[in-house]
Amino acid sequence: MILTRYLTLRKGASMAVLCLLAGGHAAMAAPPDGAQVVIKDFMFSPNAVTIKAGSKVTWSNKDDEPHTVVSDAGLFRSGAMDTDESFSFTFDKPGTYHFTCSIHPRMVGTITVE
Amino acid sequence: MSDDTLLQSRRKALKCMAYGGAGTLFVLAGGVFTPVDLARASNDKSGIARLGKPLFVQISDTHIGFNKDANPDVNGTLSQSIEIVNAMPEQPALIIHTGDITHLSKPAEFDLAQQLLSGLRTTELHTVPGEHDTTDATVTEYFNRFGKASDNKGYYSFDHAGVHFIALINVLQFKPGGLGTLGSDQLAWVAADLKGRSSSTPIVVFAHMPLWTIYEPWGWGTGDADQLMAQLKRFGSVTVLNGHIHQIVQKVEGNVTFHTARSTAYPQPLPGDGPGPGPLKVASDLLPKMLGVSSVSVVKHPSALALTDTALA
Repeated sequence: MILTRYLTLRKGASMAVLCLLAGGHAAMAAPPDGAQVVIKDFMFSPNAVTIKAGSKVTWSNKDDEPHTVVSDAGLFRSGAMDTDESFSFTFDKPGTYHFTCSIHPRMVGTITVE
Repeated sequence: MSDDTLLQSRRKALKCMAYGGAGTLFVLAGGVFTPVDLARASNDKSGIARLGKPLFVQISDTHIGFNKDANPDVNGTLSQSIEIVNAMPEQPALIIHTGDITHLSKPAEFDLAQQLLSGLRTTELHTVPGEHDTTDATVTEYFNRFGKASDNKGYYSFDHAGVHFIALINVLQFKPGGLGTLGSDQLAWVAADLKGRSSSTPIVVFAHMPLWTIYEPWGWGTGDADQLMAQLKRFGSVTVLNGHIHQIVQKVEGNVTFHTARSTAYPQPLPGDGPGPGPLKVASDLLPKMLGVSSVSVVKHPSALALTDTALA
């Protein structure tokens, strides 16, 4: 887990440098370490995220109750995340991806990949 | 069910439980539940005898693997619950676990749960999975251990002492919005299973999620349960046992008694009381009163089932 985070940070750092040099897309680019979704109080925050193809989304569970993220299209399935556990997925293809928590399916969200 | 009715039945249930301390007896007589105070019942031996030998005990929501504030020792509270069952003067013929055996579907959690449950004097155990038992990537951990009875489908039936038991699974697919579903295959199987059975056969149906809508915003219900209940309508005595909500809620509708059990792990809030159905931390002296098991006996005359909820304290 720690190793992954370290690698992400390095990749993010170089991406940030490239963006500055290119002089554009800064507003549209995902944050250097990928998009973050916090799971708290039985909600995904934010519940709608827009990212560029090739970007990563990380869901982190801050509730006392485990949650999962499961893609409606069967693209990813996190397994139970206990408190302070997280799950990441890198979206390569543009599209709209709906997901839910399979333990509390009222919790829904969307990742839009451009 | 309106909030008012729900609160009222919970108040009634709580009132009855405060009395006897160890539990409350509800006797089904002609479709009407009569609360019988256990303290008074202990002075009425013939009344207890009429209740009969416990047919089975329902254990639910053991959540082995949970370790947060609401209960840092779910193994201990399960063991205490097992001690209560083992101390019954007459042992139940079988045990039913209505799901959420584990907290995170981990192999080690399943192993430990099975180990703890093997401490029951009654060895015949029938289970259904909860949504906490089916979160592993391939959804096989539960079925590897408990799938045999249903050929890994999750639903099955069996008979005991003239009572027909139906185990159902309603946690694999969810209606948009969060209610559980039974699905058309399972409903068709139920129809075939009930075909030709005499309407005087007492039926016990058990599944993890409530088979009636208790509180839709928290997914406390099953979207297609009305189709199931239509099939059960012709039977003279139907008992529906569920778990999932970690508190006792009961409803009697004609010949059908619905009952959700307490957890042996941690309580959950009343419907709508907070952001969601998460673990509820209570004062440590209150916790044992909110955890427990349910036992069901066959009452000989009239032929029906009587249900007792026993708390840890």
